[in-house]
Amino acid sequence: MSVMDDPAAPAHGLSARQMALYRFRRNPLAVIGALIVISVILAAIFAPWIAPSPESAGSFVDFRNRHSPPNWQNLMGTDNVGRDVFSRVIFGYRVSLGLVVGVLGVAVPFGIVLGLCAGYFGGWTETIIMRFTDIMLALPPLAMALAITAVLSPNLINAMIAITLLWWTWHTRLIYRIVKGQMNEDYVEAARVAGASHMHILFRELLPNCFSAVAVKISLDAGFVILFGASLSFLGLGVQPPTPDLGTMVATGSEYLPEMWWQAVMPGLAILYAILGFNLLGDGLRDMLDVEL
Amino acid sequence: MFAYLFKRAFTLLFVLLGLAVLIFMIARIVPGDPARIALGPLATAEQVTKLQNEMGLNDPYPVQLWTYLSGLVQGDLGKSLLTSRPVMDDIMGALPATFELVLFTVVLQILISIPLGVIAAIYRNTWIDSGLRVISLLGVVTPGFVLAIILQLIAAHYLGFFPVTGRIDPGIGFSAEITGLLTIDGLIAGRFDVVIDALRHLFLPAIALAAAGIGQVMRITRTAMIEVSSRDFVEASRAYGIPERVVTFRYMLRVASVAPLTILGLEFASLIGNAFIVEFVFSWPGIASYGVRTILQKDLNAVIGVVLVSGVFFVVANLAIDLLLGILDPRHRIRAGRGS
Repeated sequence: MSVMDDPAAPAHGLSARQMALYRFRRNPLAVIGALIVISVILAAIFAPWIAPSPESAGSFVDFRNRHSPPNWQNLMGTDNVGRDVFSRVIFGYRVSLGLVVGVLGVAVPFGIVLGLCAGYFGGWTETIIMRFTDIMLALPPLAMALAITAVLSPNLINAMIAITLLWWTWHTRLIYRIVKGQMNEDYVEAARVAGASHMHILFRELLPNCFSAVAVKISLDAGFVILFGASLSFLGLGVQPPTPDLGTMVATGSEYLPEMWWQAVMPGLAILYAILGFNLLGDGLRDMLDVEL
Repeated sequence: MFAYLFKRAFTLLFVLLGLAVLIFMIARIVPGDPARIALGPLATAEQVTKLQNEMGLNDPYPVQLWTYLSGLVQGDLGKSLLTSRPVMDDIMGALPATFELVLFTVVLQILISIPLGVIAAIYRNTWIDSGLRVISLLGVVTPGFVLAIILQLIAAHYLGFFPVTGRIDPGIGFSAEITGLLTIDGLIAGRFDVVIDALRHLFLPAIALAAAGIGQVMRITRTAMIEVSSRDFVEASRAYGIPERVVTFRYMLRVASVAPLTILGLEFASLIGNAFIVEFVFSWPGIASYGVRTILQKDLNAVIGVVLVSGVFFVVANLAIDLLLGILDPRHRIRAGRGS
């Protein structure tokens, strides 16, 4: 939607950035998403101070208090050895966000550079990179990640490696598409005529035009990386106990279904909460920055 | 059309070959000796060397790759260490269960998401639309295994009608031998008790598997219908006095169905991946359950087989949906034929 069609648009004289912020604030779902994401990040950073029972994050046991349903003392109940589920969920966000940072921190730059090169240089570079990307995209992601972590022996770092190996392809394809579209623009030709180096054109001219798309993609990705990591842990191939991880907690808790439902359902809802936040934020950013993925 | 088909089939072969080589490389490069893993820590060095020779692990890599690829062409994926049967037999035994689940899931997705998307478009910007939007959002963001557990919980407590594990009641003596799909074979044999029981077992896993796709396709259908509703031909049809029902479902939906079908196709391909989780929770005896079991046992041949088969499924599903789109919208055929 352009500014012209928006009857409620404020008076003229706003910069593009103010306009974008305005559009973002007018979208209640995006604001809710941003608030959820902020709450998850804060919980992860300040976990030891926020959690009502920080010792529950480790291999602490309190057998007198095991399997107690949600109450004022333990908002999400306690697990099979009496640890506070709420505290473990808060610490679990640390693991989830650590995974997001680890995976996207490597996969996104790698995917971007390959996409830029494929789109800019064309020819053989393009054929090799894009065919390889196609093959990687043809691999069933979860099955691949399972196979890799299983062969490497299951733990957090290997789960991270497995997901990273599969994740860069999406960014390569996205950047490739954008760069292909930009190659006919005058500014690229102008830079070339002015004698700019390949490096300059790639990283100073083309890359800035990819930023909004990448920002949206990263926000949507974050939710899916959390989901992916939790799925691996749920199958016993991710984070190993006693590290509090949401997927592992759901798996352990599901042994006590249906009577002691909170042990599986509460961490499950916590995963849902985080993914929901990143999705709403990503959708909001997409509308705000007006990009198509 | 023929040139297009040929080109697509050629690309498909290329991708499949790449897939096979890549999986071979991953399986060989990763640290850990498959023979040592297979025999366990107590095996002597001679035993390990003997098995290494039997498995051809001491041959040069190109020779190993050749043996592996020529075996693959003949449908030979090696022997499973877990079941000591040929991996191909194991996979073929498990495949119908997964196929039936995935197929039923897609049927559910189409039957639920497209009508709801159309309803959301008709009642756009009303509370019906908002309610449907929340449902589709929840479908997208709920992890499959969380939904599976919640469904099991609800079913165990309130809906005794839907069993929470397995594919058919063991008390019913029936083996699907024609197609391997219990519902179809039950129909062929005229055993309606089998069909009903199989459907009961299918329902919960299929819902858990379908949710994400339903959410996505609903939103896409809504957007596409709204976009189409402003085209001239819609107004013209109304002006001719064609009933609204016909305009909506016959004219508009046909044009609007391209985008949702594309997404359904992509979803269909990813279903086999998500099935890993759902089959695990519902003890569904399919290829994903087999995959998880063999992965946990480090049964390398079986793992390669499962990944390869799901990769083939993924690629073929994508090709099929592309062809279907070509039939629905000839412009797509031309674009895809000229591009890439």
